Amino acid sequence: MILIHCPYCEEDRPEVEFTYGGEAHIARPLDPGALDDRQWETYLYIRRNPRGAHAERWRHAHGCARFFNAVRDTVTDRFEVTYKTGEPRPAGDTK
Amino acid sequence: MSGYRLAAGGRIDRSRPLAFSFDGQGYQGFAGDSLASALVASGVTLFGRSFKYHRPRGLVGMGPEEPNALVTVDRGPARITPNLRAPQVALHDGLQAKSQNRWPSLKFDVAALNDVFGALFPAGFYNKTFMWPRSAWEKLYEPVIRQLAGLGDSPVARDPDHYDATYAHCEVLVVGGGIAGITATLEAAAHGGRVILIDEQDELGGGALADPVQWAALDALKEKLAAAGNVTVMTRTTAFGYYHQNFIGATQSLTDHLAPADASGPRERLWRIRAGEVVLAQGAIERPLVFNGNDVPGVMLASAGRMLALRYGVAVGHAVVVMAAHDSGWRDALALAGAGVHVAAIIDVRNVVGADLADAARDAGIAVHIGCAITAVHGRHAVTGVTFAANGTGPACKLACDAVLMAGGWTPSVHLWSHAKGSLTWSEAWGAYLPGTPIENCRAVGAGAGAWDMGHGVVTAVLPSHIDVRAQKAFVDFQNDVKARDIHLAVQEGMRSIEHIKRYTTNGMATDQGKTSNLNGLQIASAALGRPVEQIGLTTFRPPYTPQTFGALMGHHKDALFQPVRKSPIDEWATEHGAVFENVSNWRRARYFPRGGEDMDAAVLRECAAVRRSVGIFDASTLGKIEVVGPDAAEFLNRMYTNPWKGLQPGRCRYGLLLREDGFITDDGVSARMADDRFHLTTTTGGAARVLGMMEDYLQTEWSDLDVWLTSTTEQWAVIALQGPRARDVIAPLVSGIDLGAEAFPHMAVREGTIAGVPTRLFRVSFTGELGFEINVPASEGRKVWEEVWDAGQAHGITAYGTETMHVLRAEKGFIIVGQDTDGTMTPYDMGLDWAVGKKKPDFVGKRSLARPDMGLPGRKQFIGLLTEDPQDLLEEGAQVVADPDAPMPMPMIGHVTSSYRSAALGRTIALAVIADGRARIGQTIFVPMPGKVIRATVTAPMFYDAEGSRLNA
Ligand SMILES: [Zn+2]
Repeated sequence: MILIHCPYCEEDRPEVEFTYGGEAHIARPLDPGALDDRQWETYLYIRRNPRGAHAERWRHAHGCARFFNAVRDTVTDRFEVTYKTGEPRPAGDTK
Repeated sequence: MSGYRLAAGGRIDRSRPLAFSFDGQGYQGFAGDSLASALVASGVTLFGRSFKYHRPRGLVGMGPEEPNALVTVDRGPARITPNLRAPQVALHDGLQAKSQNRWPSLKFDVAALNDVFGALFPAGFYNKTFMWPRSAWEKLYEPVIRQLAGLGDSPVARDPDHYDATYAHCEVLVVGGGIAGITATLEAAAHGGRVILIDEQDELGGGALADPVQWAALDALKEKLAAAGNVTVMTRTTAFGYYHQNFIGATQSLTDHLAPADASGPRERLWRIRAGEVVLAQGAIERPLVFNGNDVPGVMLASAGRMLALRYGVAVGHAVVVMAAHDSGWRDALALAGAGVHVAAIIDVRNVVGADLADAARDAGIAVHIGCAITAVHGRHAVTGVTFAANGTGPACKLACDAVLMAGGWTPSVHLWSHAKGSLTWSEAWGAYLPGTPIENCRAVGAGAGAWDMGHGVVTAVLPSHIDVRAQKAFVDFQNDVKARDIHLAVQEGMRSIEHIKRYTTNGMATDQGKTSNLNGLQIASAALGRPVEQIGLTTFRPPYTPQTFGALMGHHKDALFQPVRKSPIDEWATEHGAVFENVSNWRRARYFPRGGEDMDAAVLRECAAVRRSVGIFDASTLGKIEVVGPDAAEFLNRMYTNPWKGLQPGRCRYGLLLREDGFITDDGVSARMADDRFHLTTTTGGAARVLGMMEDYLQTEWSDLDVWLTSTTEQWAVIALQGPRARDVIAPLVSGIDLGAEAFPHMAVREGTIAGVPTRLFRVSFTGELGFEINVPASEGRKVWEEVWDAGQAHGITAYGTETMHVLRAEKGFIIVGQDTDGTMTPYDMGLDWAVGKKKPDFVGKRSLARPDMGLPGRKQFIGLLTEDPQDLLEEGAQVVADPDAPMPMPMIGHVTSSYRSAALGRTIALAVIADGRARIGQTIFVPMPGKVIRATVTAPMFYDAEGSRLNA
């Protein structure tokens, strides 16, 4: 049971309060119709799936209900940092 | 008969004899005994049969590593626990235990023929042999394998015990109550803060329990623990899993060590412990040696022989031979001799052994054979002697004995360390992996950290022998019957990674998770591959450390507490009126309302007919509901749904179709515009939370510029669907403030007013094809309004109907149910819902995906209706559809049936299906092969009733 820090509630809360939302910082194209098939496929399906630090979306579903972003190490499951939606991925991945 | 009780010694209470039974025979032990020690003391050597070959097996270890002596403990009906390790079963008066995996009896086992024909069952045998044909699996292989190969039987009756669950938080958690663990606990306690010490045994002490020299010191340490005000000690508590952020799962056994009559309260308690720091003091497990005949009952670990003699006062035999590759075997032999056990000889595979050990052994009168190895063990149900030879190849020497103790060195218990993903470091000196760098705030101490003087030894793969390894019965994994030759075979057949070797041979995959076999397996693979052990890898340890009961893991989450049951405000009324319920996501919904002795078919036909003839009342309160409010509400819905929303006038409703971004249908529902800036959305019953989450996602992360608020109102509204030609007549006397006339209040409109004096949002909508209303009232008033409508409807022959009738009526009209008629791969075009897609909208969720080339390819499944040739044939939902029932196997399948019912209105069965190019097949015959027959059906449009919609608009 991981404790996750919600940047809106500013609390460490158990992971059962949260839902996972996939890779972060993939903005929906403003005009999807302008994308060719390959570009749309890339937006829709292609993900980095890194071994190590991964910026990803989480939602405090059973709390404040806000989406936020986190950098998690996919090997250790350690959350390096969590930050609010719209903020850039922090430089360096440490707290 | 070999083992016996020593005249003195041990930690047992000889003044308190306990009677118990094993396989129906009565025995006696003492308070403080384990089942294993009491049986060995009674002369029992045969504890079980092995998994594959059904070889007779005895005790190997005296702790959690025990692979063979698995027993079933019977505490009365429904309290039967299989697969318990005999050394870990505390003896109590009246204990009843049985051996396992033998038929008809432990001494005579039919399947031991597997052993005679063992050459037919090499590694990978199951993978290779039992493959084809499928029917043989079902009728022959599986039943036979289940009968012959298996662990204990699961209890068939319901578990009457209850299980507790709780949390604990502490600054320091220490796992393992040996000397190292107690010392670490006291050190931590000195800093203040809460310290918890847990240990799986009945009493603290660990390995020191087998070393009387340490008992005085142990008692002194225990007194200090008791005196420390900030230490909690829990024995009989197994830390089975170490999870992220120092979260440990542990099971505390509360009653199993007591006679059933003395047991009260919960049987076990699950602890979820969050610790600032975790100290692992799990100790080390002795390694068996791999040699020909090492599984004959009476061959066991030296540490087990020592534990039996010094903790329990039990001699393992009258003439004991120690087969050593490690100094600890000599120390154990000397300890046994000191306790009065006759040690006939120490055989050591090493050519050089410390002079102090050799001298001490000779002084104790023990024969010493250096540089020798056992090449055969004699006896079948019990050891009668061994043959050994210098370097395994010299002249054979025979030695009579009734017990053989193996001292193959020590494996630090790194299980929990590995659960927490701490790194491991290969130690040449230990011939084992030691804890390296932790990820959590964790450290290992004592033997489990390699920080304990266990003496010196050599690491051997298989003991040297003149016999080819392929001809030896040299076991590596006792529980899964893996021999050294199986690992050689795996390597020979191309396995290189230990993960592959493990799966091919099943080495380390039994319930003991390879506690005694992993390292020996690695050494043998290393030798066979000619590569260092470190390069072969190590399989991953996973929770649980030892098998756990489902009861403990479930705790209180059973019966009514297993999952919350959501009930609508009408639920009690439905109960009082005899409803039969079904579960829909977490909701309990009335499925039908049988009258008299009606079965479901009869009740549903009657309910359907009543709705089409006069009027029916249906509880639709479970529909998901979301209030969408804000100046940009219409813009938001316009982007979410496939169809246009901005032009929808207040007071009007619209069917909304929701796609995922990949273009596939995920939800639908009718929604109403209450005001310019306010919508009343509905979703499917099961989709409510998912849809709200999806909408929040877009609103928060993509379109945060939109000023819109979403509020779940699912449980705030009771929804009473009133459907049928008399629906308007029923509510007319109850409604005020709304003109119910067909022109003033047309289909797909919404009005606000009151009904039975209660404020309502009254929808004129229909999921049945009839004139209909959905009466939304505050949930607290739901039952009152329902009953008023029910009373008013009596004059019109009102009939309560459930979800089954709802399904049939909508199917007659071809209205889809998302998740039943769609499966996450269906587009609006596939489902014939082109009309619901806004062609002029520049964008909506999923629109771009609908233009991907594959979405327009021919051959996609399309939604159609099916009418069987025999109007009484009812197709099975999920049944596969084929174009040619005579096509050769494997027959190409073109689709499947999604919905199938008996229609009262049509007097026959109807079905909905998705089949390849379905719309082009309308009028054609397709086939549904079923057991024993092939059903012919005609493809139709998915519309069976009132296609022009005149009833709906009445
Ligand atoms: Zn929050």
